[in-house]
Amino acid sequence: MSAPDELPPARPPDERRGPFAWLRTNLFATPLDSALTLLLLAFLAWIVPKASGWLFIDAVWGPQPLAACDAVRGQGACWAVVWEKFRFMMFGVYPYEEQWRPAIAIVVLTGLLVVSGFRMFWNAWLAVIWTAGIVVTFWLMGGGLGLAPVRTEQWGGLPVTLILSIFGIAFAFPLGVLLALGRRSKLPLIRAFCVVYIEVIRGVPLITVLFMASVMFALFMPEGMRIEQLLRAQIAIILFVAAYLAEAVRGGLQAVSKGQYEAAEAIGFSYWQSMGLIVLPQALRISIPPIVNSFISMFKDTSLVVIIGIYDFAYAVKKSVETDFSWKKYFIEAFLFSIVIYWIYCFAMSKYSQKLERDLAHDHPR
Amino acid sequence: MLSNERVRGIIYQLLLLAAVVGVGWYLISNTLHNLATRQIHVGFDFLGREAGFEIAESQIAYSAADTYARAFAVGLANTLYVAALGILLATVIGTLVGIARLSSNWLLSRLASAYVETMRNIPLLLQLFVWYGIFTELMPPVRQAIAFGDAVFITQRGLYYPWPQPHVAWQAAGWALPVGIALAGLWRRYARGLQARTGRQLPTALPAALLVFGLPLAAWAALGAPTALSLPELRGFNFRGGRALSPEFLALLLGLSTYTAAFIAEIVRAGILAIDRGQSEAALSLGLSRSQELRLVTLPQALRVIIPPMTSQYLNLTKNSSLAVAIGYPDLVAVANTTMNQTGQAIEAIAILMAIYLAISLLISLFMNWYNHRVRLVER
Amino acid sequence: MTTHAEVQAPSTGAPPAVLIEKLDKWYGAFHVLKQIDLSVASGERIVICGPSGSGKSTLIRCINRLETHQDGRIVVNGTELADDLKQIERIRSEVGIVFQHFNLFPHLTVLDNCTLAPIWVRRKPRAEAEAAAMQLLERVKIADQAAKYPGQLSGGQQQRVAIARALCMTPSIMLFDEPTSALDPEMVKEVLDTMIMLAGEGMTMLCVTHEMGFAKAVADRVIFMDRGEIVEQNAPEAFFGNPQNERTRQFLSQVLHR
Repeated sequence: MSAPDELPPARPPDERRGPFAWLRTNLFATPLDSALTLLLLAFLAWIVPKASGWLFIDAVWGPQPLAACDAVRGQGACWAVVWEKFRFMMFGVYPYEEQWRPAIAIVVLTGLLVVSGFRMFWNAWLAVIWTAGIVVTFWLMGGGLGLAPVRTEQWGGLPVTLILSIFGIAFAFPLGVLLALGRRSKLPLIRAFCVVYIEVIRGVPLITVLFMASVMFALFMPEGMRIEQLLRAQIAIILFVAAYLAEAVRGGLQAVSKGQYEAAEAIGFSYWQSMGLIVLPQALRISIPPIVNSFISMFKDTSLVVIIGIYDFAYAVKKSVETDFSWKKYFIEAFLFSIVIYWIYCFAMSKYSQKLERDLAHDHPR
Repeated sequence: MLSNERVRGIIYQLLLLAAVVGVGWYLISNTLHNLATRQIHVGFDFLGREAGFEIAESQIAYSAADTYARAFAVGLANTLYVAALGILLATVIGTLVGIARLSSNWLLSRLASAYVETMRNIPLLLQLFVWYGIFTELMPPVRQAIAFGDAVFITQRGLYYPWPQPHVAWQAAGWALPVGIALAGLWRRYARGLQARTGRQLPTALPAALLVFGLPLAAWAALGAPTALSLPELRGFNFRGGRALSPEFLALLLGLSTYTAAFIAEIVRAGILAIDRGQSEAALSLGLSRSQELRLVTLPQALRVIIPPMTSQYLNLTKNSSLAVAIGYPDLVAVANTTMNQTGQAIEAIAILMAIYLAISLLISLFMNWYNHRVRLVER
Repeated sequence: MTTHAEVQAPSTGAPPAVLIEKLDKWYGAFHVLKQIDLSVASGERIVICGPSGSGKSTLIRCINRLETHQDGRIVVNGTELADDLKQIERIRSEVGIVFQHFNLFPHLTVLDNCTLAPIWVRRKPRAEAEAAAMQLLERVKIADQAAKYPGQLSGGQQQRVAIARALCMTPSIMLFDEPTSALDPEMVKEVLDTMIMLAGEGMTMLCVTHEMGFAKAVADRVIFMDRGEIVEQNAPEAFFGNPQNERTRQFLSQVLHR
């Protein structure tokens, strides 16, 4: 509502408005800026037609024979290799007729991740959902109770990647919380144990932990008891991630104000009561972004199990082209396919993590 | 008595101790038994035995007749070499990308964002496979090498480049470099002192560059300015002369650098954004030039925010170099792997591995604690 | 009094310290400053008040080029503000500004905060710069904190250091952008007293503030801005005693009832 003698707002000079204004400020603000823009445009003009030509236009899509790919070799990508090797990339050496089971497992596990993202599930239900998901996955992959049994040596592909990361974080989580609590404990022995564990594990590469698991499990167990390779990798990953989760949770515990601890004590809660009912719920909420980031890192790190010969998704993709001489030269297309799948999962999770951080900061401004 | 907190504390600790000791004793006894059954001897004396395997590339002299200990040293040197270069490259690329992300040029900032979002969300191992594939499958065979003049050749066996023939002039230049750096530092001290006393500002950047580059140049020229190069030449099935970078090394270096650079870019960006705009406004309002403002006000504060997570990334890069074993670069883990397979001394080899990486981690942590303590902003 | 006509510089024929003619500024499509005309004589003390969003902070930030204008001209001490970087830097060293949030450099001591610009811009030797700085710190009664870091000081102390820091460049014009708005009430007085002392020494001041007591005590002219334009300006007695414009009356009734 303007006063009677108020000057009406004038329109800004033409250079400030419209698409030209946007171009001027964002791309051509100074001579140096303009030069940079032109350089980048020239680079894009060179690379985009070439890349889209190879990737899309001249590429061979769909279940085509090898000859079709050989015909466009160098000009276009051979995406037919993905169709050709799809089952192996996705499921490894899992028995052919039963491959519907790992397919469902992929859906179940991915669904588990998606569901965990919704805040309405952030309560005791989450534990139930995860337990159910894990049990169902085990049943689908391993068999029993009406399904034909399949040994873990035959598990492979994307389900293995998902299993290693999801089971990894599921079991590492309680261990990580305990370690974080232990690190803050006043009891010297417990604190020392936790500190040593966390610092040693965080100081060494995952490969050494995998080696340790792979090689030393055989020696640790009494004669006759064999632990499957997949289980060894799983345990190694659990022990590894627990240390990083411990640090994430420790950050959350530190962020909970001292008043909360004191209030819990004043009520008369025991240590475990005050932790479980008052402190941890708050600490975990604060720690969720670093926890999600740990999960993303771990998802990427599962690819390392190739070192100890486990058929995760990355290894399955690698093997699918390596062993077939005629399709071998199209390894780049196969790798790109696996890269896209990994990227989709990781990008979605990292975008979610950023959104989460913003939402949480919004809810609890300091 | 059980409800007494101290007593309970002691009981918990004793329980933990008992559990650790119990589990440990169980595992160790099993291990000893298993080792005995397989007739594997426990101990580090295998390190003195002859290694008997070749290592594809090495920064220090090595042959198959050297000991396992020497082989480990070679692996460690290779790891440190690729990690050091990787850290350098990653820092340069990452800083440039981070600054680009903040640029007012829309095209530049979007391209930089695309780079970060792509590289961060793909497993490093896959990136290494792709790089390795590029350097081995996509590069031409030796006979059809991509040539830059007659000096640099790129083939699927590696990158070959010329290197000067040994000459005292080059050695002198090499010694002159640290001397030049030291002199540049002294000049800077002198200039600062002069400024404090009289207010006059002497240039520091140009003289420093002159000293650091000019002194070695002068030494080289003074001792004869030799230009004789050892050029890579195709003889038979391979290149002789000059120096080579293997495809394994190139793939590992570029993979590690480009991957870590994405994380460093985010760190640099966050560090610069963390500095309140009011700081630069205040500095500019006092009449400081843009470059003075950056140097004296923004950068010192930004570095405090940037350096701790940056050293964390350096540590990650060093640990990630262990992926070398997947593409055949003979780093520490690869050498340890070969040793384990040959001698069966898995426990000792892994122990050595973990000890070395732990030592590196510890050094970097100590440095970071020292740095944080030195530059902490003093508050109430 | 007048709304859009030019205001003549009071008394002497000396050129004005700050001359603003038909100033227009837009943020994108939003017209934030509309046809501003203002002339500030040397030694004059101006208080600018008005509701938030009226453009008062933007106006004084245009004077030292922290904001750029699209139309009209600003002349500071005879030099027109344009895109010439060297000129801008020179004008900035003649115009001091004190910010609402102090903007002290946390990694430098109080003394180093004050000597930074004299050493690097005026090229003074360190001893000379420090001596001058200590004198100014004493004038704002904070010399005993010279070795401390800003993080160790209270808000009022920090703002006084900010004033001293600006004064170390011996400006001829001082701008104050709501200097007491971020302070706890008990610290407002110490900063206002410092500003009153400064006014008493003949410094040309443009002050954006809500502190009407300060305006009454010190100002030669009070300006009311609303929605990007100067609505009314007058000497404090006339301004507070007999506001001419309806918008001014409305604003004053809200502010003075606090």
